[in-house]
Amino acid sequence: MAKLHTPHPDLPPPANATGVPGWVRRNLLSSPLNITLTVLALYLLYVTLPPLLNWALFNATWTGETREACQTNGGACWVFIQVHFDQFMYGFYPEAQRWRVNSAALLLILGAAPLFAGRVPSKLKVRLGLGLLVIYPVIAFVLFKGGLFGLPAVDTRRWGGLLLTLVIAGAGMTAALPLGVLLALGRRSQMPAIQSLCVIFIELWRGVPLITVLFMSSVMLPLFLPEGMNFDKLLRALIGVALFQAAYMAEVVRGGLQAIPKGQFEAAAALGLGYWKIMALIVLPQALKLVIPGVVNTFIALFKDTSLVLIIGLFDLMNIVHNATTNPEWLGFSTEGYVFAAAVYWLFCFSMSRYSQNLEKRLHTGHKR
Amino acid sequence: MNASSTSTAPAPAPLSDQIMIQMEHVHKWYGAFHVLKDINLTVLKGERIVICGPSGSGKSTAIRCINRLEEYQRGRIVVDGLVLTNDVKLIEQIRREVGMVFQHFNLFPHLTVLENCVLAPIWVRKLPRKEAEEFAMQYLERVKIPEQARKYPGQLSGGQQQRVAIARSLCMNPKIMLFDEPTSALDPEMIKEVLDTMVTLAEEGMTMICVTHEMGFAKTVAHRVIFMDGGEIIEENTPEAFFTNPQSDRTQLFLSQILHN
Repeated sequence: MAKLHTPHPDLPPPANATGVPGWVRRNLLSSPLNITLTVLALYLLYVTLPPLLNWALFNATWTGETREACQTNGGACWVFIQVHFDQFMYGFYPEAQRWRVNSAALLLILGAAPLFAGRVPSKLKVRLGLGLLVIYPVIAFVLFKGGLFGLPAVDTRRWGGLLLTLVIAGAGMTAALPLGVLLALGRRSQMPAIQSLCVIFIELWRGVPLITVLFMSSVMLPLFLPEGMNFDKLLRALIGVALFQAAYMAEVVRGGLQAIPKGQFEAAAALGLGYWKIMALIVLPQALKLVIPGVVNTFIALFKDTSLVLIIGLFDLMNIVHNATTNPEWLGFSTEGYVFAAAVYWLFCFSMSRYSQNLEKRLHTGHKR
Repeated sequence: MNASSTSTAPAPAPLSDQIMIQMEHVHKWYGAFHVLKDINLTVLKGERIVICGPSGSGKSTAIRCINRLEEYQRGRIVVDGLVLTNDVKLIEQIRREVGMVFQHFNLFPHLTVLENCVLAPIWVRKLPRKEAEEFAMQYLERVKIPEQARKYPGQLSGGQQQRVAIARSLCMNPKIMLFDEPTSALDPEMIKEVLDTMVTLAEEGMTMICVTHEMGFAKTVAHRVIFMDGGEIIEENTPEAFFTNPQSDRTQLFLSQILHN
């Protein structure tokens, strides 16, 4: 009864399953319900989009010096942003010294650019990355703070705007990830003392709102310190943010560590590798790759949470925009101010998100389809 | 029981009387469960041992005690003259000399085949990368997959992955190789290529302990076959005697079950 087999040729897919028409058919018009929803969505766009565009673009005022330039036709007054732009970027940083902030930013961009390029050898990337993590914060701190190498000192109270937001977020991220990794490893440690210390630390910091942490750092901590001993307020906030986020990060990383099969530890151990080498070479590279979405999620939350420092009187981007909207000369432009602040936050958060997706794709080593 | 010279082809190399592994009265408990009961085993240099037995009989646990992937509560294990203790440095020293191949390969999926092979030589043996890579390529050629060196484990078939795992162990130049059911997770088509690699290794005189259900492999390669059940060594014999004239009822039952087809 054997039937002779002839190989079946590969056929092209049905015509309406591919390309733009196929996509429209599958996603927008696949059922009566979907057709209704598509029509409804189009109608909503028709109602909301034109007024929004009119306000933001077509009727908006783009040039001028004072609020009088903007009294005309109900559009947005971007003059408000333009006039306050430097303040939004640098806060109260002395104008003559702002080149220091600019050069630190330039250095960061130049240093980080090769990390994103494809052709750079990975050895160089690792060195650059380590340099950015370890040496760059010192350079940036010296540049911002001054008081060395003939740079006039600028008190941290004068730092503000986007500069301050980036300082807090940057310091928070660079400290939270390594600390979080150590805490996660500690929580899974076989040594009871280390394990309970890490558990207590994580649960304590995770169970407290960030606002409380910031209040404690700025109001309560000085009460406990001896007379005359005074930490910088920004430094206290930075330490608070870093430790708080490290606790979150620890749990994200622990999730990744738990996903690594026991066989990986065993295979590495059987080759004679010690604990730290197993972690650094085998387990963490895989675990961290798995938790990129979670880590970036925490980073994005951290970035936006920096706006909470306004309650301890630091003028980060959010607070300085808020401050400008209450300026008696410019009352009535809070919408423009908050839209601008939102746009800046969105730009940074969206970039992080895109970068993480790109990273996930590049680090994928399974079956490539 | 002494090592025998009655094994079938390939002709085993003459054995020295140098003891590579000695397990004396080893007991192990998982909680209240007694998994290993008084295990005594002496393995000479160049000797090839096959351990078989039903699942849950403690055979994997027994060989995993030799490189301390499992702790044991009582007894003594001596590997290449070193008495196994809780000392981490000593355990790492022993693991350097004892290669292990796992049922599920356990290759490092984030590293290429070549990187898998050179990792331990570079970080444990402190070889320069270039030297380690040349060395690794030799072993990849021996397991017949040098052309896969730049690929990731996820891109290889199961049989290829297991051969890489063998090469990775060999790159550490071990004195002893432990195989923990190396073919159990493989498709039938791929078992042969892995067994062939192991036979080649055996012909070169490697000291091997192999937990396996491949009775053909046991017949052709082993000096001794050990049958375990319920955490005990039930029978220990030359392959010929083991298969043709098993001493205990339990062994006969086991053999009849796995050889019935």
